[in-house]
Amino acid sequence: MTCCEIIEFLMAYLDDALPRDQQAVFTGHLAVCPECRNFMDTYRETVKLGASVGSAHDAEAIPAEVVSAILQATREVSE
Amino acid sequence: MFGRTCVPLAIHHRIPPALLGWTGTTVRVRVNHVGEMDRAVFRCLPVMCSDMPFVSDPSLESSQLAADDPELVARLRARDAQAFARLVNEHGGRLLSVARRLLAHEEDARDAVQDAFVSAFRALPTFEGQSRLSTWLHRIVVNAALMKLRQRRRRPECSIEDLLPKFLPDGHQADPPDNWSAEAETRLLRGELQVVVRRAIEELPEAYRTVLVLRDLEGFDTEQTARWLEVGEGVVKTRLHRARQALRTLLDHYFRGGDPK
Repeated sequence: MTCCEIIEFLMAYLDDALPRDQQAVFTGHLAVCPECRNFMDTYRETVKLGASVGSAHDAEAIPAEVVSAILQATREVSE
Repeated sequence: MFGRTCVPLAIHHRIPPALLGWTGTTVRVRVNHVGEMDRAVFRCLPVMCSDMPFVSDPSLESSQLAADDPELVARLRARDAQAFARLVNEHGGRLLSVARRLLAHEEDARDAVQDAFVSAFRALPTFEGQSRLSTWLHRIVVNAALMKLRQRRRRPECSIEDLLPKFLPDGHQADPPDNWSAEAETRLLRGELQVVVRRAIEELPEAYRTVLVLRDLEGFDTEQTARWLEVGEGVVKTRLHRARQALRTLLDHYFRGGDPK
């Protein structure tokens, strides 16, 4: 299995979605290929970093003018 | 094992433990963007709890984990104006953040949130309480944002191909990466990476960015994402993997000392 194939199926490997024999081939390749290990580590880190952005500003209050616009729009709906 | 004051130090909803690489890794405790622990987290817990450190997190005592107030729900179903204003103020900030992650322009994000609350207002009398209000609103705002995304003209974008790894004829990587994952952890804890990562995500072509946001940031599963985008689950998986690789490339540029672009 080449590095190209490892990277193509990396998500399936990390999701534990590969057949057992292919999973073993993957693990074997990763054990001897530091370049693919680096890619896998930074790929996983990328997913974590993306997820961390998700919660970064959730605590921000909604601006008052947006609240006013929403309440005005819903008043119009109910009239 | 997992009460409100005792949660594993390293939880992220939906992401399989193999992907997170628990050993020696610190991840912020988080609930999903609708303020709940995702079911997937609970599924992962038996695996993780045996060797994970635990930490007390008083913030999880908040209403995020509590059930909806039945009286509030009843008032909302009756379209009580005060109750609705409370709903907007309590959930609006989080929903605006969700819309911002899907829409590049602030005005579009605000419009999507307004559209979402108007849709919710119309539908409240039929709200049956089968899901949490926060979950219900989360889905409504994502729907509104995706509608907005379809309506507006697409901007010129870079090709995803330019951001995917390149290979030599023998199958080896043409530009093997450094391993910056540990450095990223340190910078993440110092709060230095949020802006960099957000900007890098914005650089992704829209079809890929949308999948990445829905799956990795908003925590929706492949099936729901496919339904929303009206594509097959295989397409979602392919786009997600390519989006992650492209984002990894942009972050690689950053960690090598260049601009994420």
